[in-house]
Amino acid sequence: MIHFVQDLVESNHYLPTRLLHLLREIQARYHYIPNTAIEQLAELLNIPRTHIISVIEFYSFFHLTPRGQYDLLISDSITDHMLGKIPLLDYLTKKLKVKVGEVRHDDLVSIDNTSCTGMCDQGPAGLINGYALTNLSLTRIDHLTDLINQQIPLEEWPSDYFLVKDNIQKKDLLLNNPVHMGDALISMFNRGKAETLNEINFSELRGRGGAGYKTAWKWQLCCENEYQNVDALDNVATNNHQTRYVVCNADEGEPGTFKDRVLLNSYAHQVFEGMTLCAAIIGAEHGFLYLRGEYLYLYEKLQTILKDRREAGLLGKNILNKNLNFDIEICLGAGAYICGEESALIESLEGKMGIPRNRPPYPVTQGYLSKPTVVNNVETFMAAASISVYGGEWFAKIGTEKSKGTKLLSICGDCDRSGIYEYPFGTTIYTILNDCGASDVQGIQIGGPSGIFISNHEFERQLGFEDLATGGSFIIFNHTRNILDIVNNFTHFFAHESCGFCTPCRVGTSLLKNQLNKIIDGHGSAGDVVALEELCQIIKKQSHCGLGQTAANPILTTLSRYPELYQGLLKKISYEPGFDLDEALEAARKLSGRDDTNAHLTQVEIAS
Amino acid sequence: MSKSITIDGQSIPFIDGQTIMEAATAAGIYIPHLCHHPEYTPHGSCKLCNVKVNGRVCSACTFPAMEDQEVLSNTAELINDRQKITQMLFVEGNHFCPSCEKSGNCQLQAVAYHLNMLDNYFPLFYPTRKVDASHAEILIDHNRCIFCTLCVRASQEADNKDIFAISGRGINKHLIINSTSGLLRETDIDIKDQAAHICPTGAILIKYTAYQVPIGERTYDHTEIDQVSLNLEKHGHEK
Repeated sequence: MIHFVQDLVESNHYLPTRLLHLLREIQARYHYIPNTAIEQLAELLNIPRTHIISVIEFYSFFHLTPRGQYDLLISDSITDHMLGKIPLLDYLTKKLKVKVGEVRHDDLVSIDNTSCTGMCDQGPAGLINGYALTNLSLTRIDHLTDLINQQIPLEEWPSDYFLVKDNIQKKDLLLNNPVHMGDALISMFNRGKAETLNEINFSELRGRGGAGYKTAWKWQLCCENEYQNVDALDNVATNNHQTRYVVCNADEGEPGTFKDRVLLNSYAHQVFEGMTLCAAIIGAEHGFLYLRGEYLYLYEKLQTILKDRREAGLLGKNILNKNLNFDIEICLGAGAYICGEESALIESLEGKMGIPRNRPPYPVTQGYLSKPTVVNNVETFMAAASISVYGGEWFAKIGTEKSKGTKLLSICGDCDRSGIYEYPFGTTIYTILNDCGASDVQGIQIGGPSGIFISNHEFERQLGFEDLATGGSFIIFNHTRNILDIVNNFTHFFAHESCGFCTPCRVGTSLLKNQLNKIIDGHGSAGDVVALEELCQIIKKQSHCGLGQTAANPILTTLSRYPELYQGLLKKISYEPGFDLDEALEAARKLSGRDDTNAHLTQVEIAS
Repeated sequence: MSKSITIDGQSIPFIDGQTIMEAATAAGIYIPHLCHHPEYTPHGSCKLCNVKVNGRVCSACTFPAMEDQEVLSNTAELINDRQKITQMLFVEGNHFCPSCEKSGNCQLQAVAYHLNMLDNYFPLFYPTRKVDASHAEILIDHNRCIFCTLCVRASQEADNKDIFAISGRGINKHLIINSTSGLLRETDIDIKDQAAHICPTGAILIKYTAYQVPIGERTYDHTEIDQVSLNLEKHGHEK
C-alpha cells in the first residue's frame, strides 16, 4: 500500500487540491481509506490528518471502514420508489444475504442507499463500485447475485446492465442546431471577443442551473477588475492576464434531473467549446469540469474527447493559432448534493469538504484558489457556444420577455415517454404533459425537491423565470401516488444532504424530518402542523445557502395546496406524545428480562 | 465625512473593511452571536447574528458594512428566530446546565437567557457522544459541542497548531482531534493555548478548576451577555 499511495501522490504532483481524486483511487483499490493511507497522505501532502478525515466523512462515497469488494448502492430517488425500488431492494438483500448499510460476513458485498443517481428515466437504478446500473429488475438481480457470488469482474458483466440511454424525445433550438467542432471559437475570433460577449449579452442568456443569473454579466464581472471596459478585451495580449478559472458545474444532483448526463454523453464537444469560449473572453488558462461521482461511467469517454480536442488544436497551447492557451481538467465528485452550490463546488475542487462559502466575495472575484472564477452549468456553456455561432438574436427571439431561448427538461415519473425535452420558455405545463403522454396527473414537482410542487389546477402555468423557474427536473405524479410519501422522501433527502455548516439547516432539516415523520406515523396532535410550518419558515429564512433555503419547499408547497392531507392525519386530541411509549420501553424490558402485560404501555389518550 | 449605516434606525459610523458586527460592536450595539469572536476569522455558521440588510437576511459577523445599508436586528421576528436557533443548539447536543461546571460562564446558556428562552421547544435528539478525559489537564465533553469552530480557529490562528477539526456531515457533525488515536492526550495541546480556553460552552474544560469561582459569582450571574460582550470589546479581551 505504501508504494501505491506514494506513486499516486507523486503522479498528482503532491497537490492537496487533488485530495478527492487521491481518495477515490485509494477507495477503489482497497474498498475503504485505511488509516495508514491517511497518515501517509497527511505526510506527503503536508496537511493535517484531520483535514483528510473530515473530507472522507463528508463525502458519501468515501469510507473509513471497509465496504464489500462489490459495493452496491441503490438510488433512493422518488422515481426509483415509483418504479418499485423497495420490493427490489428487499429481494436483493435476501438474495445476497446482506442487510442495507452492512457488509456481508465474507467481505464480498455491501449494500446501501444513495441519493438520486440521475437515471430517473431508466430506473430503478444503482451504482456498483461507482458505475451506473440501470433498469434493475428481479431477473437482473438474480443474475447479478450469481455474478457477485462467483466473483466475476465487472468488466465481464453483460454490457446492457450498464447501458445508459439518452432518451432525447424533443429537440428545439439547441439540440437541433449542434455546433460543429471549432465553429464557436472560429466565430468568436472572426467577430472579436468583445463583440462575442456583446452577442451573449444581447441573447439575454441566463444561467441554466436554476438561479438564472445573466451569463454575460457574470463573465464580464470576472474580467472587469482588469479592463476598464469590455472593448479593451481584444487589445490585451492573452498571456498578460491575471490567473482566472472557468468551471463547468456538472454536479447534477437535483433528484429527477439528468439533462447534463445526456449533454455530456452526446454534446460534450459543444460544452467544452463553450468553456473554451468563456476562457478566451475572460482570459483563463485553466478550466475544470466538476463531474458528479455518479457519472463515473462518462469519465473515460470525456477524457477521450478532451484528447481529441487537443489533437485538433482546440485545447492546449496556442488554440487555432490565435495565441490562446486553455486546457480542461475533469474532477469527479464523491456523493454530495451540496457541491452543486457553486462555492461548495469550488471548495470541493480545492480538495476540501463541500461547505458553501460566505459571500461576498463572490466566485467572480474570489473563486478557485481565491482567483476570479466563472462557474456555469453544462447547459449554459452549451448555449453560449451556439450563440457564438448563430448570434444573440437567433436565441433571444425565442422565449418570453425575461426568459430567452429554450430550456432542457428531464421528464420522468408517471408518463409514457420519459426523457429529455427541449422547450422554448413560455411553454405551458399542459403542452408538456400532452407531449410526454401523461394522463391522470395529480401534480408535478418542478425543479426537483428544491423547486415547487404544482397541482392539476395549475397546468396553464408557464416555464420561465417569471413563473416556473427550473433547473430542469420535472417529475410527474398520477393519482395513485401518495403526496406525503413524496414529501417525506424529499425531506429525508435534504436532511441527508445538509452539509451541517449552519445551525438552521443542520439541526432544522433533521427536526423537520422527525416532525413530518411524527405526523405521518399518526402521532401528530392539534398544534403539530402549525409547528411544522413555523419550523419550515425559520429554515427557509435563516439558512446559509440555497440548500437550507429550499429544504422546506416540499412541505411548504404541498401544505399550501393540500392542507387537508396534513390536518387529516392529526389526532383529535390536544396533546400526543411525539414518540411511541411502548417502543420506548423496549430497552427497559430487555434489561429486566420482562415481557408481561405490566411491562407494556398503551399510548396515552386524553379526550379532547 | 465618515460613512455610516443604520441599525434599527440608529445611524452608526463604519470604516471600509468592517463587518456589520464590527461596526455595531464599536458603536455599542450588541448583536447576539456564538461562533463569532473578534480575534478570529469570522465563520458565519451559528446564524444567531443574522440580521436583515435592506430586506435580505445576512450574517452580521461576515457581511461587510456598506454605505446605505439599513440593518434590522432587534425586531420581534429576528428575536424569535434567534431564540429558535438557540433552542436547536440545545436539543442537538446534551446540554444539562444544572450539572455542567460551565454554568454561569457559558455563552450558550447566557445567550439563551438573553433571548428569554424558557424551554427547549423542539424534541431532544439525545445523541450518543463521548467524553475525552485522556489529557492530564484538559477535558473534552463532546455532548456540549456546538460546532462553532472557535477551538479550530484558535488552534490554527493563535496557537499555530492544528489540534481540532469539525468532521462529518449534517446532523452527524462532530469534533475530531488531530492525533493517531483521535485522543487529546496524544496532541501537543498546552494548557496555555488559546484553543483550550475559547470554547463558548462546556465542551472544552480545564480540569481541577471547576468550582474555583463559585456559582453566583460567575461572569453571567449578574450581568447579561450583551453587557459582558460590549465591555470586553471596550476593555480588550481577557487572555
